[in-house]
Amino acid sequence: MCLGIPGQIIAISDPARQMGLAEISGVRREVSLAPVADRPLDRLVGEWVLIHVGFAMAVIDAAEAAATLEALRELGEAQEALDQMAEGDRALAASPAPAEGAA
Amino acid sequence: MRYVEEFRDPTKARALLKAIARSAETLGASRAAPIRIMEICGGHTHSIFRYGLDKLVHEGIEFIHGPGCPVCVLPRSRVDEAVALAERPGVIFTTFGDAMRVPGTSRSLLQAKAQGADVRTVYSPLDALELARRHPDREVIFFGLGFETTTPSTALSVQQAASEGLTNFSVFVNHITVPPPLKALLEDPHMLLDGFVGPGHVSMVIGTHPYDFIARDYGKPLVVAGFEPLDLLQSVLMVLKQIRDGRAEIENQYARVVPEHGNPVSLAAIEAVYEPRPSFEWRGLGEIDASGLRMREAFRAFDAEARFQVGYGAPQGRAQVPDPEGCACGQVMTGRMKPTACPQFGRGCTPDTPLGALMVSSEGACAAYWTYGGARVAAE
Ligand code: SF4
Repeated sequence: MCLGIPGQIIAISDPARQMGLAEISGVRREVSLAPVADRPLDRLVGEWVLIHVGFAMAVIDAAEAAATLEALRELGEAQEALDQMAEGDRALAASPAPAEGAA
Repeated sequence: MRYVEEFRDPTKARALLKAIARSAETLGASRAAPIRIMEICGGHTHSIFRYGLDKLVHEGIEFIHGPGCPVCVLPRSRVDEAVALAERPGVIFTTFGDAMRVPGTSRSLLQAKAQGADVRTVYSPLDALELARRHPDREVIFFGLGFETTTPSTALSVQQAASEGLTNFSVFVNHITVPPPLKALLEDPHMLLDGFVGPGHVSMVIGTHPYDFIARDYGKPLVVAGFEPLDLLQSVLMVLKQIRDGRAEIENQYARVVPEHGNPVSLAAIEAVYEPRPSFEWRGLGEIDASGLRMREAFRAFDAEARFQVGYGAPQGRAQVPDPEGCACGQVMTGRMKPTACPQFGRGCTPDTPLGALMVSSEGACAAYWTYGGARVAAE
């Protein structure tokens, strides 16, 4: 949980809450962009960020993202992070949102 | 040298290892009188063992494993309090997976769940927040764990909950800060350290200046490091160069991710939501002054301890729970003892039957020794 995992921001999903959709090792997940929202949100689309427990904590370049991801894979931490995301999704799936929700 | 083959860039690794060996020799370091470098972060401990860096570096360099695994520092009493919260009727208790198997006095969260408590593993406090939105009739508590790297995530989640007017979300706050335990270690006359490799992802949030006191007041070098093997080797070399030149500075090896002044949004959120506790209990170390955080008055409604009167929020005070018999978690966590020197290592305490969190978390020193060092250690 202490090591972040790189992801690429592919869309802004909820500007009011500063949320964006990130692609993390092939998995899509909504993350908070608040820590890196010191610039217009739109400009984050396409950027690589280091994601810690659902929050984009730093913008990094693509080469750094690739190197970090590879190191995380070797440490087994990339899989762990993905497992934890899946686990989080399961926890939410066990409690479906009220009808209009986009779970 | 079989480990070197696994590096993405073995040539660079070899060059760094050679430079480290030269510096160590110049400094007269030997196995009997090593230069002792503490890696503070559990992620670094994991990396060092995964790549066998402790065996690859010159024998005059000794890695001392520091108190940087946030699950490991929790005393049993804290786990008991988490279990008590989780077992309250109507509660959904949410936690990072790391904390599920940490033993309390009579049970872990995992065991509490097996006995019927609604404990759910989540990836992010945002998942907990979403559960609170979906279950207005339930109390959703998040187990807030971690150093400065994860503190902003709960601070921002609490601010979000406040702005939405959510009244059924709270955090059991166990956030701790890196500098106070380091100060405690530096004050300890038995703890002889020559320098530090500092946690990169913590500094991504707090920057490098909170460590200034280590160089200024204690004359020790600290190099903030990334967690890739080449990062670690380069940082060790930077520490050695400082020692050789008679310098003590805070240097940043991980500048590609760590800004000197940290992340302003995260720091502002931490500052708005949290304040230092008078003291916080660490496993094996007891209470350390101002080493933990709690919510400020304005956010007390989101503080699970205050809300449910447990732990530091209990009117009758906290229960004192001794560490398990014969366990050396505190000693190991602070680098005073190697995991293998703990009388319980591999006997009463294994990953399947852990006595302490250091054996549970992948970032714990005991688990790292067990996973990567078992055969090696046995052969020594
Ligand atoms: S071996 Fe077990 S009891 Fe001993 S220090 Fe490690 S975690 Fe604690």
